Amino acid sequence: MSLQVATANRLDDGLVVFLTANGGWSENINDSRVADGKEAAAVLLQEASAPELDVVIVGPYLIDVEQQDGGLVPTKYREVLRTKGPSVRQDLGYQAV
Amino acid sequence: MYRYDDFDRQLVEERTAQFREQVQRRLAGDITEEQFRPLRLMNGVYLQLHAYMLRVAIPYGTLRADQLRALGGIARKYDKGYGHFTTRQNIQYNWPKLDEIPDALLDLSKVEMHAIQTSGNCIRNTTTDQYAGAAADEIEDPRPYCELIRQWSTFHPEFTYLPRKFKIAVTGSPNDRAAVKVHDIGLRMHHNEAGETGFEVVVGGGLGRTPFVGKTVRDFIGKNDLFSYLEAILRVYNRFGRRDNKYKARIKILVHEEGIEKIRDLVEEEWAQIKDGSLRVSDEEIAQYVEQFAPPAFEDLSDDSPELALHKAEHRRFANWVQSNVIAHKQPGYAIANVSLKPIGGIPGDATDVQMELVADLSEKYSFGDVRVTHEQNLVLPHVKKADLFALWSELDAAGLGTGNLGYVTDIIACPGLDYCALATARSIPLSQRISERFGDMDRQHDIGELKIKISGCINACGHHHVGHIGILGLDKRGKEFYQITLGGDASENAAIGKIAGAGFSEAEVVDAIESLVTKYIDTRDPGERFIDTYRRVGMDPFKEVLYGDR
Repeated sequence: MSLQVATANRLDDGLVVFLTANGGWSENINDSRVADGKEAAAVLLQEASAPELDVVIVGPYLIDVEQQDGGLVPTKYREVLRTKGPSVRQDLGYQAV
Repeated sequence: MYRYDDFDRQLVEERTAQFREQVQRRLAGDITEEQFRPLRLMNGVYLQLHAYMLRVAIPYGTLRADQLRALGGIARKYDKGYGHFTTRQNIQYNWPKLDEIPDALLDLSKVEMHAIQTSGNCIRNTTTDQYAGAAADEIEDPRPYCELIRQWSTFHPEFTYLPRKFKIAVTGSPNDRAAVKVHDIGLRMHHNEAGETGFEVVVGGGLGRTPFVGKTVRDFIGKNDLFSYLEAILRVYNRFGRRDNKYKARIKILVHEEGIEKIRDLVEEEWAQIKDGSLRVSDEEIAQYVEQFAPPAFEDLSDDSPELALHKAEHRRFANWVQSNVIAHKQPGYAIANVSLKPIGGIPGDATDVQMELVADLSEKYSFGDVRVTHEQNLVLPHVKKADLFALWSELDAAGLGTGNLGYVTDIIACPGLDYCALATARSIPLSQRISERFGDMDRQHDIGELKIKISGCINACGHHHVGHIGILGLDKRGKEFYQITLGGDASENAAIGKIAGAGFSEAEVVDAIESLVTKYIDTRDPGERFIDTYRRVGMDPFKEVLYGDR
């Protein structure tokens, strides 16, 4: 079983965002709508790629995630960095908040 | 130093206003991302992992104090209080907001700066020797020619949509500090048999996934003919360079596939048609540009400074800094002072807003307001009186800028890597920090001597790993970072591409692997040999042995 969420960068400030259950975009991966399985993932990506979102976000794509104790965690390290911020600057990015 | 004329000023102001309008149209939804992307890239705006990135041009790595101060101000006002100096002598900001970038560009334009030629398939910002106009070993200051190249190449209508990006580097010294042989075009100033000054033209060098040392397309081109000759090369590339495959589109592939003789014939044929045209630059015009880079008002000084000798005797750390970071100047009594942006355990090339402002102030106090950026991600105050070196170092050191490690094992080039870059496959910075900490002891570094470690976080090689004495390439192996080591690379006039030592190392193993190489070098070296000299003498095998044993 593979879980996926949709992510992108926000147009105006470029920050990392995730597609939420109500169709908005959140800075917190735990607000994401999670697609379970291929078909649900295709629907999620289609929604994230809607042409009208071109004024909200840039470059939507799906990432694999796992449900862990602390919440949703991407399986790829690159995406973990996107949910946190640079590993070499713990004072910056979402990890600093 | 070169000051903008009215034409330069108008050009930058118009471009800044155009981009503001383009951003507004993008935010309003009048243009799509697909339409906007090439426009933002033409203005140095990338989208990276966490945010947008703005790359600002520092033509030929030369800055005035007011410009560096403005770069610090932009770091504070539009970013998170720091900037990152790059291997192309530019600066990058990691967190600007798209809707604020037009204001940042407006602030830049007020100090005659911009982000033009920092991205896109155009002729990029020209780079050169960071000691230009100061080095004791240079034939002539190369910057007047760099500025002429800038004027020729900026918005050149014929070369705005090249097959791929195009990088030119120039050295005015036989000791190449600008890595000219690994650029699309490298220019090396020298004298011909008649005693005239001109340039050897090297073409088709480059790093990335297919590294090459460039080949000489013409041994000597006179100053007056340089620009028509460059135009001829670019025309040949624009016409014959491959557009079918992004990874085969650089001129190095054209030179490799067609052979340098064929390229030479094509260039000469093209040049014959245009050499007497408008691109021939007269001696009078060249003299005007040379005048723009006239030396500052040096005092007549003795080359011996009793103050310097005294301070060196009293302060060991200062003496070490002088030994590693201070370079001979052409003017008696003066020296070139390198400001290391590689504190032990720090992030290579990063400087805070306050540090930038401090170096700007110090440049006014001690170096005629002149600052340079190096392709090895450090700063330079090029014209410091020897008698002022201790006062300068004391102020630098108090701000964390007094590390005496230039050219040493901790003076590492590292690209931003996976911590920032959307293309990266592994992190570069944390590895550079761990190597720096492992070798942080100053006595040990001085004992090891010159050793250039260069780290790239992906095959695009922004961290120049191919030309590191020890090169490290970070890759992704089934979701884990691992690091491939190359040995024997060299970015100097003896340019060479490093050879892969063998299988890669995990993140946990790689620092020990580097240390074993250094230990082997120490055990093997003859007196006076640098790491690269020993490697050339004994070859790969002894080093391979310590890395892999019987593996």
